[in-house]
Amino acid sequence: MIEPGLYNYWIVVILMMAGFFIVMSHGNLVKKIVGLNIFQTSVFILYISLSKVSDATAPILDEAYSEYSNPLPHVLILTAIVVGVATSALGLALIVRIREAYGTVEEDEVIAQDPDL
Amino acid sequence: MIADHLPALQVVIPLLAAPLCVLLRWPGPAWALATAASWATFGVAVLLLIAVLEQGVLSYHLGGWEPPWGIEYRIDLANAFVLLIVAAISAVVLPFARRSVAVEIPEDKAYLFYCMYLLCLTGLLGIAATGDAFNVFVFLEISSLSSYVLISLGKDRRALTAAFQYLIMGTIGATFYLIGVGLLYAMTGTLNMVDLAQRIPAVADTRTVQAAFAFLVIGIGVKAAAFPLHLWLPNAYCYAPSVVTAFLAATATKVSIYVALRILFTVFGPAFSFETLEIDIVTVPFALIAMLLASTVAIFQTNVKRLLAYSSVAQIGYMVLGISLGTVTGVTAGIVHLFNHAMIKGGLFLALGCVFLTLGSVQLRDMAGLARRMPWTMAAFVIGGLSLIGVPLTTGFISKWVLIQATLEKGLWYFAVLILASSLLAVVYVWRVVEAAYFRPVPESAAEVSEAPLALLVPTWLLILANVYFGVDTSLTLGVARRAAETLLGAAA
Repeated sequence: MIEPGLYNYWIVVILMMAGFFIVMSHGNLVKKIVGLNIFQTSVFILYISLSKVSDATAPILDEAYSEYSNPLPHVLILTAIVVGVATSALGLALIVRIREAYGTVEEDEVIAQDPDL
Repeated sequence: MIADHLPALQVVIPLLAAPLCVLLRWPGPAWALATAASWATFGVAVLLLIAVLEQGVLSYHLGGWEPPWGIEYRIDLANAFVLLIVAAISAVVLPFARRSVAVEIPEDKAYLFYCMYLLCLTGLLGIAATGDAFNVFVFLEISSLSSYVLISLGKDRRALTAAFQYLIMGTIGATFYLIGVGLLYAMTGTLNMVDLAQRIPAVADTRTVQAAFAFLVIGIGVKAAAFPLHLWLPNAYCYAPSVVTAFLAATATKVSIYVALRILFTVFGPAFSFETLEIDIVTVPFALIAMLLASTVAIFQTNVKRLLAYSSVAQIGYMVLGISLGTVTGVTAGIVHLFNHAMIKGGLFLALGCVFLTLGSVQLRDMAGLARRMPWTMAAFVIGGLSLIGVPLTTGFISKWVLIQATLEKGLWYFAVLILASSLLAVVYVWRVVEAAYFRPVPESAAEVSEAPLALLVPTWLLILANVYFGVDTSLTLGVARRAAETLLGAAA
């Protein structure tokens, strides 16, 4: 039985598996980085979904409200987003260097040129 | 006054030195600054260990925020010991780095190398110092991102592919860790490790906590290169610059093993890890396979760096086996091998670095007859090799002795047999190098080489002699490891 309230988490699982599958199955290095990004994004959504409290408002102090959503996961995930951006940038920079060295961004063609990898 | 801030200084010194290296620009001053910073962190690590031995657990509140709300640096014996290993290896490796960098890295990029190196050191020290589960992730990524860069600086173009493979696997591992932390936060509402340990028992029966456990263990297993999650390691160690291989081989996987210890014993507790979920059913067979299979694969390598990399996978198997036994002796074996293997592999990879920097190759066939031309380097390699095998009077023997004791304590004598079998395999792969270097004639086409310069030999011999010293006097290593294991398992008051 799928509860509608868990909709977010189903999206998380689908994105996570899709990203993970792309990383594993694709030989194109750029696509691997894209897959990795999707995989990481799913975790961002997981954290953000966790912090939502039903019928609560944004954590800004106001007399009209007594229940607030938890802001901490948002802050945590901001850090993780920054890490994700740095990882993608570094991965793409490596791909540029790999293309300069091998003339291709396909993993199997790289391995064909250096069989002991 | 300043003594109160030692836990923070441990991480802050290299963190601040890293951007200063970028500002300095010239390789010489950048190296001097990096070395000074590294020696300062080593001093801090020594002071921290002394303080912990005298006063017990140190708790440092970052920014004055009380735990569990603020980030806490919690230094007990286990992480004071790990901090000492990382800082000591770095202090020895950096003097070696100057020449390695001059040969293997373009001069205009040298200052960036030192910046990355210091960031990597910051990350590794931070992982060990912090008592906050999310903070571990942040430092894990600092050390990982910088180590991808360090590996990609290797001269061989394969270093790029190796770094990319490591980036993919390392990021997946770190993201798994992040998922695990998120799930734990969902159930407990806290990130502080001690606080987590108090709150988890109440919710331990939920599938969320069990899934979190799985994600954390697998994630950190990738970073620790625990078999079968080790695939990134051989290429990364093989093609990285010599000094990077020595540093990472001696520290990076060790710190990850330490995180695994924290997760298994401090956060979840031995009762949950070993009785409820019975993780040893999974980890023990894999550890045994790693010990035997990786050692066998190492025998067939022609590149000596790669040979030692596979040997590392096997040695990590010993640590995982010790930890998986879940007893005080077993965990002691794991922790003491963490320290000893750092010295063994650090020394061996530095000796290989001497070979690479003078000979320009670490292929077995190029090393034929090398002992006559580089006697000191190869003598260092032989002593390191003996320690790797576990010959008495070396540190390797101490590790294996404790590990075998731990298996016999549980009545698992056939594990002891397998440990001995794996040591025999180590004899074979170390012998292959010795045979080439000592008993084969120098090929006529060989380039003229002489002994490595003193600047390379001194750091190498420092680590090799440490192997012999700590093989005889075990009061520091074994004593601290046992007390750390008792703290982790909650056996000591």
